[in-house]
Amino acid sequence: MKNTPVKSIVAIAIGAALFFVLGRFVAIPSPVPNTNISVQYGLLALMGAAFGPFVALVAGFIGHALIDFSYGWGIWWSWVIASAVFGFIVGVSKNHVKLATEKFDRRKIVTFNVYQVIGHVLAWIVIAPVLDIVMYAEPWNKVFLQGAVAAIANIVTTAIVGTILCAAYSAAKPKKDSLEKK
Amino acid sequence: MMNIFNYIERKSPVHAMTGASKLVCLLLWSFGAMSSFDPRYLFALFVIAVILFRISKIRVADIRFMLWFTLAFCILNNVLIFLFSPQHGTEIYGTYHEIVHIAGRYTLTWEQLLYHLNVFLKYLATIPIVLLFVTTTEPSEFASSLNRIGVNYKIAYSVSLALRYIPDIQREYHDITLSLQARGVEMSKKASLGSRLKTTSGTLVPLILSSMDRIEVISNAMELRSFGKNKKRTWYRDRKFTAWDFGAMLLGLAVLLVSIWLTSFVNGGRYYNPFV
Amino acid sequence: MEPIISFKNFGFKYTVQKEPTLYDIDLDIYPGQKVLIAGPSGCGKSTLASCLNGLAPFSYEGEYTGSLKVKGVEARDSGIFARSKVIGTVLQDSDAQFVGLSVAEDIAFALENDEVPVDEMKQRVQDVAELVDVSGHLEHAPYELSGGQKQRVSLAGVLVDDVDVLLFDEPLANLDPATGQSAIELIDRIWKDNNKTVIIIEHRLEDVLHCDVDRVILMDEGRIIADATPEELLCSDLLQKTGIREPLYITALKYAGLTVSPDMHPAHIETLTLTEAQKEKVCEWFDRAARPEKPKTGDPLLEADGVTFTYSGGHKALEDISFTIRKGEMTAIAGRNGAGKSTMCKLICGFETQQEGKILLKGENAADLSIKERGEHVGYVMQNPNQMISKVFIKDEVGLGLSLRGRPQEEIDEAVDAALATCSLSPFVDWPISALSYGQKKRVTIASILTLKPDMIMLDEPTAGQDFRRYTEIMEFLEQVNRSGVTVLLITHDMHLMLEYCDRALVFSDGRLLADDTPAAVLSDPDLIRAASLKKTSLYDLAGLCGISDAKEFTARFIECDRKARRGL
Repeated sequence: MKNTPVKSIVAIAIGAALFFVLGRFVAIPSPVPNTNISVQYGLLALMGAAFGPFVALVAGFIGHALIDFSYGWGIWWSWVIASAVFGFIVGVSKNHVKLATEKFDRRKIVTFNVYQVIGHVLAWIVIAPVLDIVMYAEPWNKVFLQGAVAAIANIVTTAIVGTILCAAYSAAKPKKDSLEKK
Repeated sequence: MMNIFNYIERKSPVHAMTGASKLVCLLLWSFGAMSSFDPRYLFALFVIAVILFRISKIRVADIRFMLWFTLAFCILNNVLIFLFSPQHGTEIYGTYHEIVHIAGRYTLTWEQLLYHLNVFLKYLATIPIVLLFVTTTEPSEFASSLNRIGVNYKIAYSVSLALRYIPDIQREYHDITLSLQARGVEMSKKASLGSRLKTTSGTLVPLILSSMDRIEVISNAMELRSFGKNKKRTWYRDRKFTAWDFGAMLLGLAVLLVSIWLTSFVNGGRYYNPFV
Repeated sequence: MEPIISFKNFGFKYTVQKEPTLYDIDLDIYPGQKVLIAGPSGCGKSTLASCLNGLAPFSYEGEYTGSLKVKGVEARDSGIFARSKVIGTVLQDSDAQFVGLSVAEDIAFALENDEVPVDEMKQRVQDVAELVDVSGHLEHAPYELSGGQKQRVSLAGVLVDDVDVLLFDEPLANLDPATGQSAIELIDRIWKDNNKTVIIIEHRLEDVLHCDVDRVILMDEGRIIADATPEELLCSDLLQKTGIREPLYITALKYAGLTVSPDMHPAHIETLTLTEAQKEKVCEWFDRAARPEKPKTGDPLLEADGVTFTYSGGHKALEDISFTIRKGEMTAIAGRNGAGKSTMCKLICGFETQQEGKILLKGENAADLSIKERGEHVGYVMQNPNQMISKVFIKDEVGLGLSLRGRPQEEIDEAVDAALATCSLSPFVDWPISALSYGQKKRVTIASILTLKPDMIMLDEPTAGQDFRRYTEIMEFLEQVNRSGVTVLLITHDMHLMLEYCDRALVFSDGRLLADDTPAAVLSDPDLIRAASLKKTSLYDLAGLCGISDAKEFTARFIECDRKARRGL
């Protein structure tokens, strides 16, 4: 199956739609009151690993913006952009993880998780707070702590959900040597 | 569950405007409101927004749910700001006028109060416009509007496609969770966070794998109907601009220009500072 | 006349596969012809379609040998976009083909991509919507439409381009019988009125032959094995050899000892003509044929009593439904989409709760049981196995229900082994599920339900989209499960399935239970058939043709005979 440009567009759309559904309707309450665990970053990590940085960046951006829109609280550009940045960075792992063609073994799991950790740290501890300060003039200690909490929660979520999803996706793609039937 | 964009059909001049002009207005408006911390300006925006709301015939009752959400969010954000940085106002305005000492490092100042007023007014100035856009723009028109304001048409179409498949995916997720519950998967709140995440992932696997299968079929269907053939495309939902559309875009432009004027010439920065 | 499509010594091989999928294809299709391409799954008919519309090799990588000319242009030299202006494809999955947010936008999709000005576009959309009869729904969203309507929109979406050739990929797969029939009639009308070339890929021969076709191309193992008129083909034994189901009336004639010949005009039941001697032979067979056994009756297992359910939006989905399912039965719930079949299942599983009436499981009020507890009595198998499978390995998937209930590992292993043995999956125990075929995946989902030892399993459209061979495989497996003591409830709109495998049919229409009788009786009752959007079986007409007044008994005896033949008795 070729990866045509149209397929990337559809991947963005389905990725954004899944991101929206998971973010809006799959709520796992976290131990911290009033915050939910964001399962959708596990999905975005899979989209990145499977389709690369561009698809995940745009899917994260659209998915997050749609969530904000549907709540009606305006669009928090800083966090929307952070989601997109996370998608981009985790998408860089595509050529190292090779979900479609190679087995998702231990070494690849580690690689994938290194990328997702870097992605989350950069997105939530650098991009989001800095943009919050620049755009909304919020106090730095508040935004960095918020960012740090989000980063930790998202790293843990992605480590579990993202890894499981990648393993399942990789297993569902028939590999060269496994096509042999009895 | 289907109407995630909360479009409310009424007959009004705001509804009759094209999505593109409303989107331009929204973007300019929110950029203007975001950059200025002048409470007079923000309050004026709020008043204009309320007037636009009256014109649009959208009632407060229609959007009560979203308003509550936003209000809760706004209060939470203000409380957090105060908890973390009770002297943020002083840092910004450079002066210190104490109102009352609460406890420890928490002293309420006029500067802090003004900053919170600004944050609060920012919500008041932008939320009505966002809600107005969301409730008066048909989702179908949204994609063509994005394209019209310069977003690449393929990306714009992916927004439309996402909106198209959200209800399908939502229904599928619902069915999958039910069938897994019948097999004994429990989404109980008693389990630890880790095991809850694993259970959720289990329910996500079938959803995501079947969605991945869709990608291939949908892109085939689109290619078979010439998607991506040309550099441009036309849109069934496109409408011609009317005077109202130009009015909306001019309004957005005016809002932004006033904001820039205030920042550059009146306040000498983003903040209106009455303390010096 | 020049052929519009011409394959010469054509072969195709996918890059990812070792062996070619198509060999030595020589086929000319002339403008204005209506051609049916039939064959079992894996015979290459879908690949042939992909080569025609350009998806292979533009989207599915591969190479071809020989030549394919479309409207005189060598396929190698034209891209997928140019091809789509000649050949319009209506895909099997009308949900995937429906990419617009509303009917109008979806029909306009190809025009938008060709930068047609908006005013002209609106006019063309309106015209073509009238042609396929969806102009009343232009502003509707996809989820507001039925399957048949979505298919019409797909058809409109390719007709709007004024293509020369219409290619239908399994157009009947997801439609109920009455809708399928009107789809075939619509295709026929468009073909006749608009001077199109029509190619239909289907394995449901009898349903497609409801309207005339010029030629049937029969494929098997990547080759064309017959290119004949329907009459010629029905008179040969090629259909049986390739595992394509022949029309039921043809099978019945064969059981009666007749040889089908072209002078009988066997292509449609309406044109079928028999001599008096031949009719006599059919009557003789009817008198001779074994009477069906009385269905076995056990204790009541599931009872619905006056069940009424209204969705929160105010849509009344079920009204005053009462029936009893007894232990050991194999029952079908039939009716068109939206008739209330799925709602009934949701109520049985506890996914929704009825406002009035009671559901009893083994005499116990089901309202007292949780979804999980009901799952131990009634196992629910969804239509698409991919929607149920959440584990990578077969063993884990099949044992999931038990391990979630905290059973000890030895017990789980034992139950998994037993369930896999029942489902003939034992050799694959350590395989990842992704390596299995669709039918095998279906069996995995059934096995995963069987480990909980439910009294009853309920399956939603178990054979949807399957060809006759796989359909038979799945249904025979279910029969075997049923014989092992598990009660089976099937939700289906496939009438063959009902007739051949079920003892009983509950017919739903508009939220009411219209009938509770044997399938043979249901499908021989013209009023009921009309009310429930079913289709009468051709056996009914055959009985009429031969002067047999008890069409219901005729159908029942045919089924009995057919079952025995299938079991090799």
